[in-house]
Amino acid sequence: MTTLMAERHPSDPLFRADRLPHIWCPGCGIGPAMHAYAQALVESGIPLDRHVCVSGIGCSGRVPGYLNIDSYHTTHGRAIPFAMAVALVRPQLEVAVFSGDGDLFAIGGNHFIHAARRNVDLNVICINNFNYGMTGGQVGPTTPMGARATTAPYGNYEQPFSLPYLAAATGAVFVARWTSLHLRQLKQAILRAMKKRGLTFIEVLAPCPVGFGRPNEIGDAMEEMMLYRERCVVDHGAPLAALDIDLRQRDHPIVLGNFVDIERPVFDPLAMRRPAPEVEDHAPLARKEQEG
Amino acid sequence: MKDGPAVLEGQHFLLGDHACAEGALAAGCRFFAGYPITPSTEIAERLAHRLPEVGGIFVQMEDELASMAAIVGASVAGARAMTATSGPGFSLMMENVGLAAMMEVPCVVVNVQRGAPSTGLPTLVAQADVMQARWGSHGDYEIVAYAPASPQECFDLTVRAFNTADQYRIPVFVLADEVVGHMTERVVIPPPDAIPKVERKRPRTAPGGDGFLPFQADDDLVPPMAHAGEGYRVHFTGLTHDERGYPATNAEAHDRLVRRLVEKVRRHAWRIEEYEESQLEDARVVVIAYGSTARSARRAVAVAREEGIRAGLLRPITLWPFPGERVRRLAERVGAVVVPELNMGQIAREVERFTHRPVLGVNHAGGAMLPPEPILDTIREAATR
Ligand code: SF4
Repeated sequence: MTTLMAERHPSDPLFRADRLPHIWCPGCGIGPAMHAYAQALVESGIPLDRHVCVSGIGCSGRVPGYLNIDSYHTTHGRAIPFAMAVALVRPQLEVAVFSGDGDLFAIGGNHFIHAARRNVDLNVICINNFNYGMTGGQVGPTTPMGARATTAPYGNYEQPFSLPYLAAATGAVFVARWTSLHLRQLKQAILRAMKKRGLTFIEVLAPCPVGFGRPNEIGDAMEEMMLYRERCVVDHGAPLAALDIDLRQRDHPIVLGNFVDIERPVFDPLAMRRPAPEVEDHAPLARKEQEG
Repeated sequence: MKDGPAVLEGQHFLLGDHACAEGALAAGCRFFAGYPITPSTEIAERLAHRLPEVGGIFVQMEDELASMAAIVGASVAGARAMTATSGPGFSLMMENVGLAAMMEVPCVVVNVQRGAPSTGLPTLVAQADVMQARWGSHGDYEIVAYAPASPQECFDLTVRAFNTADQYRIPVFVLADEVVGHMTERVVIPPPDAIPKVERKRPRTAPGGDGFLPFQADDDLVPPMAHAGEGYRVHFTGLTHDERGYPATNAEAHDRLVRRLVEKVRRHAWRIEEYEESQLEDARVVVIAYGSTARSARRAVAVAREEGIRAGLLRPITLWPFPGERVRRLAERVGAVVVPELNMGQIAREVERFTHRPVLGVNHAGGAMLPPEPILDTIREAATR
C-alpha cells in the first residue's frame, strides 16, 4: 500500500499542527482568510513571538487556536477590550483581533466603536459571512434585508450595518474590504494594517455555505466564490456611504478596496503626561524603542 | 506638582475607597480599567490620578463588561490588574469573572456594595451581594472574597487580594460596602519592603522547548503562568481545555479541569480563610458580623458584656472561603448565634450550614448602617434562652 503524504508543509511552523484538522465546514471562507493572516505574520518581519491574536466566540473565533502564536479565545463580544489591555501593557506586541461579524458588531459592537474612537493600536480582522454560523444560521447585524435565516424565516426585516462605513465613521485609521477569494490583496491589506499604528479594520467577505448560502439560494461555496469573482469591483476611492452589499442581488456590484488610510493620534493613556513631542508623533515610547 | 511614590508610606487620614486604591498601588497594580459607579467611583478617580504617576495605565472603559475583559487581558500580559464597581456593574462583570476563573487569570475586583436589587439605592449601603460574589458567574468555581471593616482594611485586604489572586491564579473580590468605602479614618501605610508580596508562579523552562504545558498544574494544583510575548506561544480559551490549553470537548477533560479549578482553592481554604475573634473564650452568645456591620456588632457586644451577658464576636475577614469549621466548633459550645447583616439573611444561611440549627438573624435590606441597638436586643433575647 502506498500512501502519498507530505511529512511537512511549508506553513507548519505557523499552525498548531497537533490541533488539525480544524472544525470548519467544507467550503467555509474562514480557512483561506486565516491563511492570508498567517502569511502576513511571516512577511511582516515582526518575529512570531511578538504577534498576539485574540478572538471572541463563533466559527471565526476559533482562528487564534490554530495559530502557533500567543492566542486568546475570550468571551462572546469581548475580544477588543481584552486585546486592548494586552496592547497597552505590552506595546511592543502586534495585537490582532480576529473574529466574526456577530461577535464584533452585535454583542461586541459597543467595544468596537469605542476602540475605534480611541484609536487603540489593534488590527481588527472581521470575517463577515452575513449570519451566525456556529449556532446554525441565525440572522445577524450584517444579514441583508430580505435574506433568510433560521431566526428570520420570512426574511430579515432589519437593515444591516455596512461595516467599512461604520469603521470609518467611528475613527479607524485603515479600513479595507476583501473576500476569501482575494487572498493576495487581503494579505497586503493585513500587512499594511500591521505597519500602521492605531485601529485598523479589515472586513473579509466569506462564504458560509451551511448557514447563509443554502437558505438564500446562493448554492455551495464554489458558487459563492464565483459570485465574488463576477461581481466584485475594486474601487479604493469608492464613497464610504455606497459600500452596501447584498449577495443575492446578482446585478449589484460588491465594492472591495482599501478605502481609508489616514493618521490620527494613537490611544496612549499616558499621552498627557509625556513631554510634548518635537515632531508630530504619538507613539508610546516603549514601542519605538523596541522596534528600533 | 511632584509625583507621589507607588507606596505612600506613612500615616494618613484616608477615605476607604482611596485606601483601596493605595493598597492596589502598593501591591504593584499597574493597570486599572473601570466604569464610574457610585459608591466606588472614588477608587477610579484616585487611580486616574495616581497610576500615571507611577507609569501605570488607567482606562475608563465603555462599560463594566469591557472593564472586566480588560483587566483579564492586562493580566495575561503580565500586569497586576484591578477594577472597582458596585452592584449593577458587578452583575455585568460576572461574564468575565468566569473567564478569569476558567483561564486561571489572576485579577482583583472591588465591589463597594450599595442597596439592591437593580439600581436600588445608589448612594446608600447594603451587604446584599454576598451570595452573588460566591455564585454570580455560571458554573462551578471557587472564589475568594475579603470583607474590609475599615479604611485600614481596605488598604491591607486589597494588597492581600492581589497576593491571593497571583498565588492561586484566580479572580479575587474585595467585597466592601458603602459605609466602609465612604468612611475616613486613620490608615497606616508601611514602607515598600514591608508590603507582603507573593509572586505569580512562572514557567521554569525556557520558551521554545517542548517541556512547558501552560495548563499543567504542580502539586499545589496551580499551573505556572506564561505571559503574552514571552515566546511560549500559549493558547488560552474559555472552552474546556487540556494541559496544553487546547479545547477538549469531552466529559473526562471537563471533569478533570473543573475539579482542579475548584480543588486548588478548597485544598488551600485553611490558608486563605481569615477571621477576627473577640471575647469568644467564655461566650454564651456569639455574634457573627462582617464589614461595616461588624463595627456596630462590636459595640453591641461591649454593651452586652457590661450588662453581664457573656457575648463575643466572630468577624469573618474572608466571606469566601467562609470560615465554616470555626463556626461549627463555636456552635458546639455556645448557647446562641446572632448574625446581623444588611441583607435578608445571606451569611446567616451559610452559618446555619455549619451550626445545624437556626441562628438569630438581625436583618435590614440596607440604606443605612445597622445600628448597635437591634443587635443588642437580639443578644439579650438570645441570652435568655
Ligand atoms: S457554519 Fe459557516 S462559518 Fe461556521 S464553519 Fe461552517 S461554513 Fe464556516
